[in-house]
Amino acid sequence: MGVQGFSNVRETRFWQRGFLASQSAYVLGALVVLIVVMALSSPNFLTERNISNVMQNFSFIAIATLGTTLVIITAGIDLSVGSTMALTATATSLAMRWLNDAGFYPFPGSAFILSVAAGLATAGIIGLANGFAVAKLKLAPFVTTLGTLSIVRGLTYVATQGRGTSPDGPDKGLFLAVTSARIPMPEGIPNLPVAFIYLIALALVMWVALNHTAWGKHVYAIGGNEAAARLTGVNVDRVKIGVYVLCSVSAGLNGIIISGWLGSAPANLANAYELTIIAAAVIGGANLFGGVGTAAGAIIGCILIEVIRNGLVLARVDPYWQQTLVGCIIVAAVFVDRLRSGRTG
Amino acid sequence: MNDGSGLAAAPVLALSGISKRFGAVQALTDVDFEVFPGEVVALTGDNGAGKSTLIKVIAGTHAPDAGTIRFDGAEVSINSPRQAAALGIETVYQDLALCDNLDVAANMFLGRETVKGPALLGRLSDLDMERRALEVLKRLNVTTIRNVRSPVAMLSGGQRQSVAISRAVMWNSKVVLLDEPTAALGVAQTHEVLELIKELRAQGLGVVLISHNLHDVFEVADRIAVLRLGRNVATFRRDETTPEEVVAAITGVLETTK
Ligand SMILES: Nc1ncnc2c1ncn2[C@@H]1O[C@H](COP(=O)(O)OP(=O)(O)OP(=O)(O)O)[C@@H](O)[C@H]1O
Ligand SMILES: [Mg+2]
Repeated sequence: MGVQGFSNVRETRFWQRGFLASQSAYVLGALVVLIVVMALSSPNFLTERNISNVMQNFSFIAIATLGTTLVIITAGIDLSVGSTMALTATATSLAMRWLNDAGFYPFPGSAFILSVAAGLATAGIIGLANGFAVAKLKLAPFVTTLGTLSIVRGLTYVATQGRGTSPDGPDKGLFLAVTSARIPMPEGIPNLPVAFIYLIALALVMWVALNHTAWGKHVYAIGGNEAAARLTGVNVDRVKIGVYVLCSVSAGLNGIIISGWLGSAPANLANAYELTIIAAAVIGGANLFGGVGTAAGAIIGCILIEVIRNGLVLARVDPYWQQTLVGCIIVAAVFVDRLRSGRTG
Repeated sequence: MNDGSGLAAAPVLALSGISKRFGAVQALTDVDFEVFPGEVVALTGDNGAGKSTLIKVIAGTHAPDAGTIRFDGAEVSINSPRQAAALGIETVYQDLALCDNLDVAANMFLGRETVKGPALLGRLSDLDMERRALEVLKRLNVTTIRNVRSPVAMLSGGQRQSVAISRAVMWNSKVVLLDEPTAALGVAQTHEVLELIKELRAQGLGVVLISHNLHDVFEVADRIAVLRLGRNVATFRRDETTPEEVVAAITGVLETTK
């Protein structure tokens, strides 16, 4: 054909490709620097006890951040995750008490299984409502989930007249163990909080689903170009509803875990957590315009936020500085990403 | 090769008496339109003439109010893009085509991924898809895209259009509809896409090309159909007409019968 002079695929250097080119990589670098600085400045930072606490604390929001990241990849947003955590925890505790009062205990562990199922079903219904409103009714995700935030928090207060509740009954011990136990490790290794194990397992599942299934490609495609995805035959509505359900269920799971650690489900549980969770997702590289985000990024974002909080506590700085610092980091992370993508064109 | 004598005897796609109304707007009135295998038909006309509407009728996005569509000789009704695709009709939309954040192979297989195991949760056969994508690009002489793992965001406009067109023809399609594929492209990239269109014709596909650019039209089309105010006012053989005559038909100075 003798064709020539066409612009070719641009050559990319290794740092402009793949993980190294992602915001997550920069934030991971910042996190490593932060950890080194903190290890040098505070002798308490790298103790087994503190590391175990840090793992436990970021696991409290990181599972919900995984789900929130999915929603953000599709260019959506879910502001109702904090409320969903609370209502799920409340529903779980109430179900456990109700089963206890009814004397329904067919086999050991049944109260635990049924009440957790009831809690997660509650979360699933919230996600279904969000997804339906966004995908089928074409409502804006921000406004829809702002409404859900309020509705669900209101229901949480109504359910217990604002007094909150707590898990009780024959499986209470099992519930506390499964949600908040720490698995003892040999000398020199921090004890593993179970929540951390759940987090890693779910992150692996999410990684496989996003990178190695058609569903994952569809999630990214919807965030990249929803109209194109629709025209090529992707079932956009179904995928969208799916990510909102997964987001709510992941938040619900985190809510149950937090209530296990607290030993109760107060009505204000996880109040305003949605902001921390969305911040963690964004710091970890999820792009609010859609199309970009990973499971690893979500976890990195959560760790960074928790390490900062922990560092401020160890340094005896007023912990209220945390919010201000997290805000600065959000802006800095997005700004660095902007500089970098400006460079690659 | 396509001066009429070498054409297949029967059209692969034949529309007759197609009308379509949107409220008060009669977008198409009694339109006839044919495409033969191995032929490029340009569809041209002024803004609002009904070109996109006609394409959408063929692509299954708009149901016609009246008229019949025959595909491979049999009368069909096309009610969705999926049905059109099942028949072998693919559409390349001008700007709604690709996901920038996915790579070339993922875009070419979007919505029709090859998986091992159950449809949605099965594991993607990345290597199979990569190989097939490369094969298609090679078969179509798209030589400028060597790496199907590059994100589409890295490609030039011409390369993006090539990816969109290659995607359209990789599913055993027989008719490809291109809505202004060169509208946003520079000279070299337009050339690239026109070469690709010639390649599709050489491989026996029927190609419908919407374009306002008569230079492009005269470079690749075998026939030129002109719509004006929703009616087909003229159809020319490329080698029996001149740009002046086509312009006259578009603007309504000349009333040729088809
Ligand atoms: N979905 C729709 N609803 C109402 N009117 C429509 C719709 N689509 C097209 N029309 C009208 O039908 C007529 C033909 O439009 P069409 O888009 O087919 O023109 P076109 O030939 O593609 O023009 P252009 O060159 O500007 O793309 C126009 O008057 C347009 O306003
Ligand atoms: Mg048009």
